[in-house]
Amino acid sequence: MEAEQAHGGGNRLYLMVWLSLLSLTAVEVVLAYIQVFSTAGMLTILMFLSLIKAALIMAYFMHLRFEKRSLVLSLIPAVSIVIGLLCVFFPDGIRALELGVWQP
Amino acid sequence: MADRAEVAPIPASEWGGGAFPFAVGHKKLGMWLFILSDSMTFSALLIGYSYVRVAARSWPMPFRFWPSVVMATIMTLLLLSSSLTMVLAVGAAKRGDRAKTVRYLVLTMACGLGFVVLHLNEWKGLMGEGVRLWANPWGVPLFGATFFTLTGLHMTHVITGVIYLGVIAAGVARQRFTGEDVEVSGLYWHFVDLVWMFIFPLVYLMSVGGK
Repeated sequence: MEAEQAHGGGNRLYLMVWLSLLSLTAVEVVLAYIQVFSTAGMLTILMFLSLIKAALIMAYFMHLRFEKRSLVLSLIPAVSIVIGLLCVFFPDGIRALELGVWQP
Repeated sequence: MADRAEVAPIPASEWGGGAFPFAVGHKKLGMWLFILSDSMTFSALLIGYSYVRVAARSWPMPFRFWPSVVMATIMTLLLLSSSLTMVLAVGAAKRGDRAKTVRYLVLTMACGLGFVVLHLNEWKGLMGEGVRLWANPWGVPLFGATFFTLTGLHMTHVITGVIYLGVIAAGVARQRFTGEDVEVSGLYWHFVDLVWMFIFPLVYLMSVGGK
C-alpha cells in the first residue's frame, strides 16, 4: 500500500483509466463507422477525444499528476510550440488548397 | 556552543545545484527531456501530414472499415493494454516484487510485438495495392511518403521499446535494475502509446473509404 502511494496510484485506478481509454476509443471508432459529421466536425471531435486520452495517459500512466509542479510546467513550452505550429500551418494548408498551389 | 538541534539548516538554492528542482532522479528527468524532444519530431510529422492533406484537392481513402480500421482498432487495444501492464510492472517493481515485474514486462512486450506484426501485415497489404513511398495508384505520391514516414517512425519506436523492455526485464531478473529503471522505461512506453492516440484518428479514422 505504501509503495502504491509512493507510486501515485493503485491498480484499481489504473484499471479505471484503461477502461476510460478503451471507451473513448470505442466512441471514436463508432463515429468513424456511422460518419454523420462533416470532415471538419469529425476532425474537431476526434482531436478533442485524443487530447482527453493523451491527458489521461500523461496524468495517470506517466504519473504527471503526482509529480512536482515544476516538472509539469516544463512541458508548457513544447505544447505552446505545437499549438503555434498548428495555428500557422492549418490556415496555410487551406490557403494552398484555395489557390491551387499544389496539385497531386 | 549552540546545541546542534538549534542550528537552522542552510537553505539550498533550488537552481544552484545540490538540489532536485523537479524532485525526480537524473534518469527520469533525462527521459522526460527525451520525450519532450521526441514529441516535437512526431508533432512536425503529424502537422506535415495534416498540411499536405488539407492542401490536396483529393486524398486517397484506402482504409475500408473492414479490415483496415478494425485491425487498427485491435492495434490500439494492444497498445492501451500494454500501457496497463507496463504501469502494473512499475507498481510491482516499486513493491520489490521482481517475479511480477518481469511477468508484466513480458506481457507488455508481447502486446508490442502483436502491434508490430499487425502493422507490418497492413503495410504488406498496402504495398500489394501498389502503394510506395514515392507513388501509388491514386496519383498522390505524398500519401505514401507521409503515411510510411509517420507510421514507420512510430513502429521503429515500438520495436525499440520492445528491445528496451527486454533489456530492463533481463536486468530486473538478475537484480541489476531498480524500480526507477522500470519506471523510466515505462515513461518511454507510455509516450509511444500516447503518440498512437493521435496517429490512429488522424491517419485511419479520417480516411475511412467504405464499410
